[in-house]
Amino acid sequence: MASKHPISVTINGKNFEHEVEPRLLLADYIRHDVELTGTHVGCEHGVCGACTILMDGKAVRSCIMLAVQADGHEITTVEGLAESEEKLHPIQQAFWEAHGLQCGFCTPGILMTLVPYLQENKTPSEQDVREAISGNLCRCTGYQHIVDATLLAAKTMQAAK
Amino acid sequence: MKPAPFEYHAPDTLEEALELKAQHGDEGKALAGGQSLIPAMNFRVAQPTLLIDLNRIGELRYIRKNGVLHIGAMTQQSHAERDPLVAKHAPLLHEAIPNIAHPQIRNRGTIGGSLAHADPAAELPVVATALNTRFRAQSAKGDRWIEAKAFFAGLFTNSMQPDELLVGIAFPEMAERTGYAFVELARRHGDYAMAGLAALVTLNEEGTIKESRLVYLNVGDGPVDAVTACASLIGKKPGDAAFKEAAQIASQKDMEPFGNLHASADYQRHLSAVLTERALAKAYERVKAA
Repeated sequence: MASKHPISVTINGKNFEHEVEPRLLLADYIRHDVELTGTHVGCEHGVCGACTILMDGKAVRSCIMLAVQADGHEITTVEGLAESEEKLHPIQQAFWEAHGLQCGFCTPGILMTLVPYLQENKTPSEQDVREAISGNLCRCTGYQHIVDATLLAAKTMQAAK
Repeated sequence: MKPAPFEYHAPDTLEEALELKAQHGDEGKALAGGQSLIPAMNFRVAQPTLLIDLNRIGELRYIRKNGVLHIGAMTQQSHAERDPLVAKHAPLLHEAIPNIAHPQIRNRGTIGGSLAHADPAAELPVVATALNTRFRAQSAKGDRWIEAKAFFAGLFTNSMQPDELLVGIAFPEMAERTGYAFVELARRHGDYAMAGLAALVTLNEEGTIKESRLVYLNVGDGPVDAVTACASLIGKKPGDAAFKEAAQIASQKDMEPFGNLHASADYQRHLSAVLTERALAKAYERVKAA
């Protein structure tokens, strides 16, 4: 068996230290070792986007990264978005209000894709949003409500400034 | 699925990485952005016994103008996408990068990784071939430059030796009076393209075509250089008639598409012809405007 490697990772502001086998995928590490199951695993080959997380503020696929590669990095998962149990992140709030989800499987990945996107693109058009989420598959909604929710989020985040 | 077990090394310096390559050769698989390798490992299509992760080697991440534009092999695609030097000195590359998969993939995927992977459906090998890009391969014994034509050696194959790593890429400036265009067509933005090409058109002072490059993706076992079509353009007056003829020659004589799930070989030829006319027109518009 391959030797284990010690890693130290900051996830949602908290530090975690584990010994991991090199072949452990980052998505599985987050779900099984850190027990944050908000990050979902769909296709396991980088196509569906359900496992999208932020590493050092950038959206990446956690199913095509190794846990050992996250050593020394800062990770944000969907659990790190809301300020508290009562106060959702504005993007989460908009998804609630505009019915941006049905089964919710793809939602964490879409939210984590949109967080850095809306930081960089404050007033996106509908076409821009469709392109921004083109790497995230949803099998329920036909995307219309997801696009509506994203546009609503952009608006409320602008108004809050 | 999950990857099969492997040993893992993440050297901090290029020197250590080259030492590992010297020791392990082909057994030691270089891990760049991992956006193709790790999916292949998840499927167990690839089962390397030892991974040499290059992500901690800071000296392989750079974009600088030093005579020509130099990009470090481990530079992330999303970094190059936003870099003003790339936009100014390699506008064809700048135009092509947003077509590579999705932003999440480009945040990890590297310029060197995609080139070394030599996927015939990928954008960067096509751009590199059109621009006569040069590749710097290094081993513990020394380094050498490889021309784009010699670098791509068939399906998912490059011409580097087992002890070599791709460390940098040099993008020459385009010749004077040259227009460029990168166009591709995918079923959804970010999917593998059914057809696509990089086009360069260089004009003589009097406005006729001096030379051109048309390089296609996904219609052969590597970047497909349409030399017959380009020869047909030499000395011609740029315009619809010449572009249409070149598009026909390129799609009928210069390529042997395999066809795939989304597009038959005939349809790939058809799309390639349509896109050729568009790319040549766009390149010509740009050289006229400049």
